[in-house]
Amino acid sequence: MPEPLLEVEDLSVSFPTEDGLVKAVDHVSLSVTAGETLGVVGESGSGKSVTFLTVMGLTNRKAAIIEGKVLFQGVNLLDLPNDELQEFRGKKIGMVFQDPMTSLHPFYKVGDQIAETILAHQGISKKQAADQAVDMLRRVGIPKPAERAKQYPHEFSGGMRQRAMIAMALSLNPELLIADEPTTALDVTVQAQILELISRLKKEFNAAVVIITHDLGVVAEYCDDIQVMYAGKIVEQGFADDIYHRSEHPYTWGLLRSIPRVDVELDRLEPIRGLPPSLIHVPSGCSFHPRCPYAFERCIHEVPELLPTDGHHFTACHLPMGERQRIFSDEVEVHR
Amino acid sequence: MSTTEAQSPAPVPVRRGEPLLRLEGIKKYFPITRGIIFQKRIGNVHAVDGVDLEIFPGETLGLVGETGCGKSTLARVVVRLHEASEGTITFEGRDITHLKGQDLRELRRDVQMVFQDPYASLNPRQTIGTIIGSPFRLHKTIQHGQIKGEVQQLMELVGLNPEHYNRFPHEFSGGQRQRIGVARALALRPKLIVCDEPVSALDVSIQAQILNLLDDLQRELNLTYLFIAHDLSVVKHVSDRVAVMYLGKIVETAEGQDLYRSPRHPYTGALLSAVPIADPFLAKQKRRIILEGDVPSPIDPPSGCRFHPRCPQTQALAKQQDLKDEYGSPLRFVPRCHDEEPILSDQGPGHTAACHFPIDTRIIPVDIDPKERGAPA
Repeated sequence: MPEPLLEVEDLSVSFPTEDGLVKAVDHVSLSVTAGETLGVVGESGSGKSVTFLTVMGLTNRKAAIIEGKVLFQGVNLLDLPNDELQEFRGKKIGMVFQDPMTSLHPFYKVGDQIAETILAHQGISKKQAADQAVDMLRRVGIPKPAERAKQYPHEFSGGMRQRAMIAMALSLNPELLIADEPTTALDVTVQAQILELISRLKKEFNAAVVIITHDLGVVAEYCDDIQVMYAGKIVEQGFADDIYHRSEHPYTWGLLRSIPRVDVELDRLEPIRGLPPSLIHVPSGCSFHPRCPYAFERCIHEVPELLPTDGHHFTACHLPMGERQRIFSDEVEVHR
Repeated sequence: MSTTEAQSPAPVPVRRGEPLLRLEGIKKYFPITRGIIFQKRIGNVHAVDGVDLEIFPGETLGLVGETGCGKSTLARVVVRLHEASEGTITFEGRDITHLKGQDLRELRRDVQMVFQDPYASLNPRQTIGTIIGSPFRLHKTIQHGQIKGEVQQLMELVGLNPEHYNRFPHEFSGGQRQRIGVARALALRPKLIVCDEPVSALDVSIQAQILNLLDDLQRELNLTYLFIAHDLSVVKHVSDRVAVMYLGKIVETAEGQDLYRSPRHPYTGALLSAVPIADPFLAKQKRRIILEGDVPSPIDPPSGCRFHPRCPQTQALAKQQDLKDEYGSPLRFVPRCHDEEPILSDQGPGHTAACHFPIDTRIIPVDIDPKERGAPA
């Protein structure tokens, strides 16, 4: 087993607000190894973005209460002062944000914005940085990169802006790339292009990749490992096959059943009933119990632990294991 | 060359009585001007460029295409938020293309729209009651005193708590806001509802709730939908028939099943191949066609078949026949695709496609034994 590149141990992030404490991330542990792709799946407000913003050191330390460890190559990033963290941010960990429309600065040329990232970390001349920026644009598949580098973000289409964001994130050759909903705002054709690009670049740069998404459909093809988050906790994790073919958590079942499929004829979708919970008043016991069709007495009182079901596959659910397997094959698999 | 095309039989219409809505040769051009005082027209954005469509009562017609293909413009032309540049719109046998004033207002009772962005389409300063009740106040279909009761009934119909009558939009989540938008569209009991990407801003679990809601309402109130989305899996799920749009034109129409099982237009094939499948095993089995580049500019669309610069089919054919241009370098398309515009022609019952060289391959493996799927890849 190779040494993991990133290890998050027992991370909790909460934000004190006027209405109460928002528990955005609740005792989350995970690890990513070089050359591996991890998919993190959950609804809006499940804490998936906050987890990785904290890894990047982008949650405001004064406003948030952070506990636990974020080990990157053995160094705890949470202990580092901001200037030392800068050595990791960008250089070793690159991040692609969700919305390519708002994460590029509208007043600066795209090439200059990428060159700025390179200049901030490497002692090279402006000319060299500009050349590198053009080279990066070429590598992410933007046609006529030299001309494109001199254009402003509004002259780029959505897919091209997302490519430019990926070029920026990869310009310093990071060992870990975090992509937060990289394709949510894009067309399916462009989505396929971007995901192909990320997986090609992963091989080329031998990086580790984390893809954060709300759509289990998107990541099926590209992820080795998948983690499902709900209300700040990891409720199920395992190899992609475990999640799609042997899932054992009712929330994951709900996600799988809500996806309309082109390959299967469905009469009716079965959405998860209700709404995601408020993170201020997280339900007692298993936080999914108010929406879970299989909940029983124990689920209301006792928080389920994330326990191994076989080898690499972990689930946090009180249902007996045989029962879970039966429900999955009888009620979930047949619908797909 | 065009003679063969002209001789082929006209598409067989699927008989379902009179269409509720018929579009004939709809075009919508937006002028590009130069100069501030003496504005001079220097070109046109050909957003919708000759669309014929029919929607029958009680059915859902899905319209798919990439960003910038003109599907939203077409939606706005249908509900008369844009004036069509050319062509006629017939609703229940009546020409509504140029309705004005009182007549237009009456049309709005029958044709309503649900918008894409549930955050931008509700006035943040009005309560939910005011928002859903405004169609009643504008059209005066019921007495003022009855509005509140009527609105609360609507709220119940779309799955909102009627006690939330006095709340403001910011107090609701994205999915609930979209329910508010649906309730507002339903207020005047319309016959046709145009849904412009109603679920693309929502989480998958919430998306399914809204799709089911639209489905229930259709059955209960006998509604007809024009359902626009870029997500093929969503469109397939809700639609009886699907029309695929590319750069202002319809390139293929078919019954939902038929389109997904045997797409004829290479563009439909490419779109289908890009759809993510929530199954690692099947996803790897799928034939993947990655289209190069972006959709060309609608200001100056390509000649002949508009898809030919990106078309994998014509590229393959040109390579196979070893076609060369006048300078001897290899051609990336068959000349016919460049010179002659394909028209929508019959491809089987209720299935039409506008392509000179339609494909007949299956993109997505449909009938694989589920047991086999579970096997570790």
